[in-house]
Amino acid sequence: MVAFTINGKRATADADPSTPLLWVVREHLKLTGTKYGCGAGLCGACTVHIDGKAARACQTALEQVEGKAVTTIEGLSPDSSHPLQKAWVAEQVPQCGYCQSGQIMKAAELLAANGNPSRADIVSHMNGNICRCGTYNRIVAAIQRASKEG
Amino acid sequence: MRDQENIGSAVTGVSRRGFMLGTAGLTFAVSVGGWMTARSAEVAAASGRMEATAWVTVGVDNSITIMQPAAEMGQGVMTSLPMIVAEELDADWSKVSVAFAPPNHKVYGNPGFGGFLVTVASRSTTGYWDTLRMAGAQARRVLLDAVAHKWDVPVAELTTGPSVVMHRKSGRKISYGEIARFASPPKELPKLTEADLKKPSEFRIIGQDIPRVDIPAKVNGSASFGMDVQVPGMLYASILRAPAEGNAPAKVDDAGALKVNGVRQVVKLPYGVAVLGDTVEATRTGRDALEVGWSAAKDAVFNSEKAVADYVAKARDVSQKGVAFHAEGDAPAANAAAARRVVREYFADYTYHAQMEPMNATAWVKDDVVEVWAGSQTQSFSALAAAKAAGVKPGQVRFHMQYLGGGFGRRAQVEYVVDAVLLSKAVGKPVKVIWSREDDVQFGKLRPMTAHRIEAGLDADGRLVGWHHRVVGESVLAYTSPDRLKKAKGKDTLTMAGAEVGYGIPNSLAEHIVDGGAARLAAWRAIGAGYTKFAIEAFIDDLAREVGKDAIALRLELLEKLPRARKVIEEVVAMSDYRRKRDGTALGFAYAEVVHSYAAAVAEVSVDRGTGKIRVHNFWNAVDPGIAVQPQNIVAQAESNIVYGLGQCLKERITLDGGVIQQSNFHDYEVMRMADVPEIHTKVISTDNRPTGIGEFALPLTGGAVSNAVMALTGKRLSHMPFTPERVQVALKA
Repeated sequence: MVAFTINGKRATADADPSTPLLWVVREHLKLTGTKYGCGAGLCGACTVHIDGKAARACQTALEQVEGKAVTTIEGLSPDSSHPLQKAWVAEQVPQCGYCQSGQIMKAAELLAANGNPSRADIVSHMNGNICRCGTYNRIVAAIQRASKEG
Repeated sequence: MRDQENIGSAVTGVSRRGFMLGTAGLTFAVSVGGWMTARSAEVAAASGRMEATAWVTVGVDNSITIMQPAAEMGQGVMTSLPMIVAEELDADWSKVSVAFAPPNHKVYGNPGFGGFLVTVASRSTTGYWDTLRMAGAQARRVLLDAVAHKWDVPVAELTTGPSVVMHRKSGRKISYGEIARFASPPKELPKLTEADLKKPSEFRIIGQDIPRVDIPAKVNGSASFGMDVQVPGMLYASILRAPAEGNAPAKVDDAGALKVNGVRQVVKLPYGVAVLGDTVEATRTGRDALEVGWSAAKDAVFNSEKAVADYVAKARDVSQKGVAFHAEGDAPAANAAAARRVVREYFADYTYHAQMEPMNATAWVKDDVVEVWAGSQTQSFSALAAAKAAGVKPGQVRFHMQYLGGGFGRRAQVEYVVDAVLLSKAVGKPVKVIWSREDDVQFGKLRPMTAHRIEAGLDADGRLVGWHHRVVGESVLAYTSPDRLKKAKGKDTLTMAGAEVGYGIPNSLAEHIVDGGAARLAAWRAIGAGYTKFAIEAFIDDLAREVGKDAIALRLELLEKLPRARKVIEEVVAMSDYRRKRDGTALGFAYAEVVHSYAAAVAEVSVDRGTGKIRVHNFWNAVDPGIAVQPQNIVAQAESNIVYGLGQCLKERITLDGGVIQQSNFHDYEVMRMADVPEIHTKVISTDNRPTGIGEFALPLTGGAVSNAVMALTGKRLSHMPFTPERVQVALKA
């Protein structure tokens, strides 16, 4: 039994300690905003925060979050009020939307560290997250908007 | 709940709703009749809502719910289609909510696609245009008639504003919500004609940048995709699929799999072996522990890299006739008699959809019904496939539509629905099947590899008199829909899409030499136009160079009779400042009419001569999609098209060996990432023409624009997509 907090609540998971955090979050805890895209750390669709740092849930074993604080897209804000969520709506970023939880969680890590990122900062931070609908330029615009309006 | 009521009548032909012929000769739904009489007006009032028509429900709180029949895979139909209904309904858009329509094709099928519920080929807005306008206008008239009756005034004296009916003579006003308190749906819907619809100049919703209704749920994790479905008591399943098409499991040793904690059962399928269990991780571990011997149903020896030379040889062997896809005049004769002939060859590799959400579905085969939850591009064919797999009547299937984590043509194929149904039937429990990304790549359904040979004939004055385009490659339709191919007399509208040259050449022939490997195939965004337009647009530039003409001037001359085409070309030339020479970069142009939208583009590229890497700096495009229903969304679709298109011309490549796909994940099937994308500049030119496709219009411009830009920069023609650094290096040395 591994104990941790998820979106501020205490949680335990009765799963093999080597289970990818992704499946624990999605299928055991039913927080399905975190997505499965590649299972190999190549696309970023499963990005969550562990103690405030972005991590690939598909590459994180359950045992690695023992005693830690996990935040998923559902916990980023209670009411879609995070500056990035507002900016994502304002810039009309999502198309199919499947990768966007991961994009937003990855971007939130950047904004927490850098309040005024340049385009180059954004590209270098976000390049591991794939969006097959090609919303990349809108993601850049939304991050810049959030950094100004935050 | 609605879908449960309605799917029972979905495919059996026993619709409880009436329907009649529309003005344009299209079948469209009108609702009500006997069904609504069973629900009295009091019942409707008590429930707080009145179903004015099958498409529109009005709440006493002034809310309006509009049914949306297409798959939402990012292309924006969840907003653009209801906008069309709301326009003619004269609704207050701020009060509109949108629901997935029940999967009843008799009511909600797309007249632009045989009346089925299928979302493909950029046909939703254009196919539903008449139906949805009429649906909105009829619902409005139902409300007007109710008020006319209540106030005892002629209906002609009533007008509407946003969700309000007004009687100017008496100065009275009543909201749609108030009308819902007393109105009862009519036995028969009002008979309206085109003349009862708004003129484009009267539109106040269509043409506006209405925010997409699906976006709020896509920024907080609440949007429900197929993979997010949770059914109490369900088992998970992972499938080990036969490595090559047609192989079946012969010997199965499941002892290791069954030892895995959480694995419940192993089920043999005709095309693989499934491990079912309590968790995803258990089924995956179990699958890895399976020992399966495969029976080879057919020899799979195809090697795509070795086949390239063979394809090219076949394209060159003009004595081998293909299936004529498009023919005007007599191109071979015109070319034979021409003063001069120009020949070029092009090639495009296999590509994979790489939609972000791997295939998945959940099914529950019960005694009397089969429930299916999935993101699919087709409710109709999912239900039919599920019924066949379960051995029930189509009317016994309840299909629950989810958002699609990308479609691009892949989710018009529904074998993942069959997986879930077969397994649920075998174990008697709900089952959620999740393909791994590796499954998704290796059992992907590809855009075929194609070789192209174009020969043009010129008269003594250098005018184009003949055009002969030979395409060698597999038939997508033969794989996906042999019946459709038969009906089309062998003409493959998927593989050959876009091969009609479209430049007003008196003699033209596009022929398909059906040949090639053992790949699984599907429509892939823009289908054939991704490579046919690349070949055509690269060729036009080559031809212009051969005859000493300016490539833009040549196109404008050939498109003399198409002012809409000329307009987008002139627009993009102006936007890109095309005539201005750049330092270290160069521009390339392409034009195409795709899904009846006119579009043109200019790419600005540079090439790293050391590594061979192409960088696209800017990409301008202009499009005339007829009436631009939701212009901001068309801009978003242009961006999506261009990024997807640049992927296929710069990076994306599938190879097969022994009939087996050699790639497995995003490390060896590379797609565009943020660092790769250019600045994209889009101009949408709305014209008073029927709306046309916007989901794939710009993709076919990418190959030609980039290849032409590299030609302008280096004098070398890139003729084989994708233009990988290795191929660029080879071309630069040539």
